[in-house]
Amino acid sequence: MSWFALPLSLVVALLLGAVMMLALGANPITGYNALIVGAFDGSYALGSTAVKAAPLLLVAVGICVAFRANVFNIGGEGQLAMGGLASSATALALPNLPSIELIPLVLLAGAAGGAAWGAIPGAFKAYFNVNEILSTIMLNLVAVQVMNWLLAGPMVDKTQNSTYGLIPETKLLPRTSWLPILIPNTQLHLGVLISVIVAGGVWVLLYRTSFGFRIQSVGLSREASRYAGMPVKRTMTLAMTISGAMCGLAGALLVFGSISHRMVTDGSLTGFTGSDGFNGIVVALFGALNPLWTIISAFLFGGLLVGGDALQVATGVPADMVTALEGLVVVFVVSLEYMRRRSRATSTAPARSKARSAPSDEPLAPLVSADARSDP
Amino acid sequence: MSQFFTYAILTATVASALGVAAPFLLAALGETMGQRSGVINLGVDGIMLLSAFSTYYTALKTNNLFFAVLVGMATGTVMGVITAFISVTLKAEQGISGIGVYLFGLGFSDLMFIKLVGTPLPINTLNPINIPLLDRIPAVGGMFFKQTVLVYAAFLLVPVVTFVLNRTTFGMKIRAAGENPAAADSVGVNVARIRWSTVLIGCTLAGLAGAALLMYDGIFQENLTQSEGFIAVALVYFGAWRPTGVMGGSVLYGLAIAVVLEWKSLGIIPLSASDLAATAPAVITILALLTVARRFRQPAALGKPYERGG
Repeated sequence: MSWFALPLSLVVALLLGAVMMLALGANPITGYNALIVGAFDGSYALGSTAVKAAPLLLVAVGICVAFRANVFNIGGEGQLAMGGLASSATALALPNLPSIELIPLVLLAGAAGGAAWGAIPGAFKAYFNVNEILSTIMLNLVAVQVMNWLLAGPMVDKTQNSTYGLIPETKLLPRTSWLPILIPNTQLHLGVLISVIVAGGVWVLLYRTSFGFRIQSVGLSREASRYAGMPVKRTMTLAMTISGAMCGLAGALLVFGSISHRMVTDGSLTGFTGSDGFNGIVVALFGALNPLWTIISAFLFGGLLVGGDALQVATGVPADMVTALEGLVVVFVVSLEYMRRRSRATSTAPARSKARSAPSDEPLAPLVSADARSDP
Repeated sequence: MSQFFTYAILTATVASALGVAAPFLLAALGETMGQRSGVINLGVDGIMLLSAFSTYYTALKTNNLFFAVLVGMATGTVMGVITAFISVTLKAEQGISGIGVYLFGLGFSDLMFIKLVGTPLPINTLNPINIPLLDRIPAVGGMFFKQTVLVYAAFLLVPVVTFVLNRTTFGMKIRAAGENPAAADSVGVNVARIRWSTVLIGCTLAGLAGAALLMYDGIFQENLTQSEGFIAVALVYFGAWRPTGVMGGSVLYGLAIAVVLEWKSLGIIPLSASDLAATAPAVITILALLTVARRFRQPAALGKPYERGG
């Protein structure tokens, strides 16, 4: 049991979802049928799924990079917001640029905003041994307040009709900054293409460059990498910075690929991100922490999230069920990973060296290898 | 008159700080037990959400607050069985499985809330209990001795957990399982059983924390906890794995929140800067984590599943 562990966890999670629907008095066949039709039937549905999948893919690819260096980035939510803010501010400041200049600029600004927000916990982890899970969560809490402050204060749309106070949102962003729609009569915009290209690029970075090798080496064993003369701390910080940059870029896609073409806050991070910072973790795990598999995984989970709304309309079961199912998938994936290791240890004990060949064959190796977890 | 005014503000701020701190403290004390035995539970936030909802729903339907809190605790225990099975028996990577539990709790609590309740109605909450005599001490009485039973329980648990960890055989086994499980195993300590029990206790306390949060807010909504469970985990690091340290961290966090809220409503902090001021608790925690990481050492086997002969 190795290759089918991932699909198996999704199937089991969906079966449990069917049980939930039955318990809530809904017909699971109707529900899942609506979900599939809503997500994958016809060009409009496919376009919506791809648009939902694009930021998920970017977040997940970033998570792959951090994970490979054995750093766990759960600050995607905050990094998305920072990317959204940085890119919106750029577009508001430079409204007169043509699209060909403004779009690359806002995307870069988004990546820079997220990168800054990812570099902080990365450096804290590398140089001061601060647990990155906790620091990223704390930075999410800081990011939400910064976002609320900026959108209600310095960046607020002052031209709106303010009988009941100003809505915390930017004014309509310049038309030249909007991501162009690639296929007419769908929502499919340039960001989808960009996200797939970036995923391919990150795959090359991880598996075909010496920097990628260094990231994986640091992830497998910090001690060994240090003996080999690698700059361990700098590599960890950079991995987290790249991870943040991916999330920031995803934040820019959320703003400039949105229908409203404004950045709005309802006071929470989820209101802006749609929980993509957490959903991306699921996508990355389900993509076996490999950027290329993650493309498929992102499309699949993008479909689940888009179809969740159709499921709610058809059965009355809230779309939050998809979030619950995602949680189950995560739990199953990590649980099955142990059984996989155990079955390998018993069945291939003599041929152990073969089983432990290249790191890319062990998708979760950085997460489970005992020596890699030990803090220096 | 103005002196009386500042007096009243101070009293009210400290009193509400303790109310805010209680859920953090309950969850963080439970997490401390687990981490001292070597298990990180990152699913606390999800468990708190589930138990806050079950408490809310029970209170709404039965109007029996005591029973509702019990249901909230039991929810925590059930989630504890699942968490322990994943982390201890299946030896899953704890950092990630916790995120799974969190997402499940986040989605499932809101699913049930929308499906079973729909329009949010406030519930009756626990009345504060005045401690006789002590509540009449000027200022101090109003700050500390007019709280709900859950707040008292949270603070009374601090010496209890300290005692259990440092002065009992069970506590010694917990620490051994967290520092050197192989050595503990060699002298006959059942590491898996110890970790199972600390996770069960920890998750039950997380359940109680969810109930306490719900009783403080009096109403449920989507993502009620706003990452409070994750903050509780951070407070365990903040407190350097000692119950008294955890208490200090929780009170400081509660105080920072209460001060910002109070000062904002009084206009001491201008409205335009109130969002920025609200970052204070998180920033303080990050700075504290920086200091703690340099000065204190975490339990040696923290987050590492124990495999015999491995």
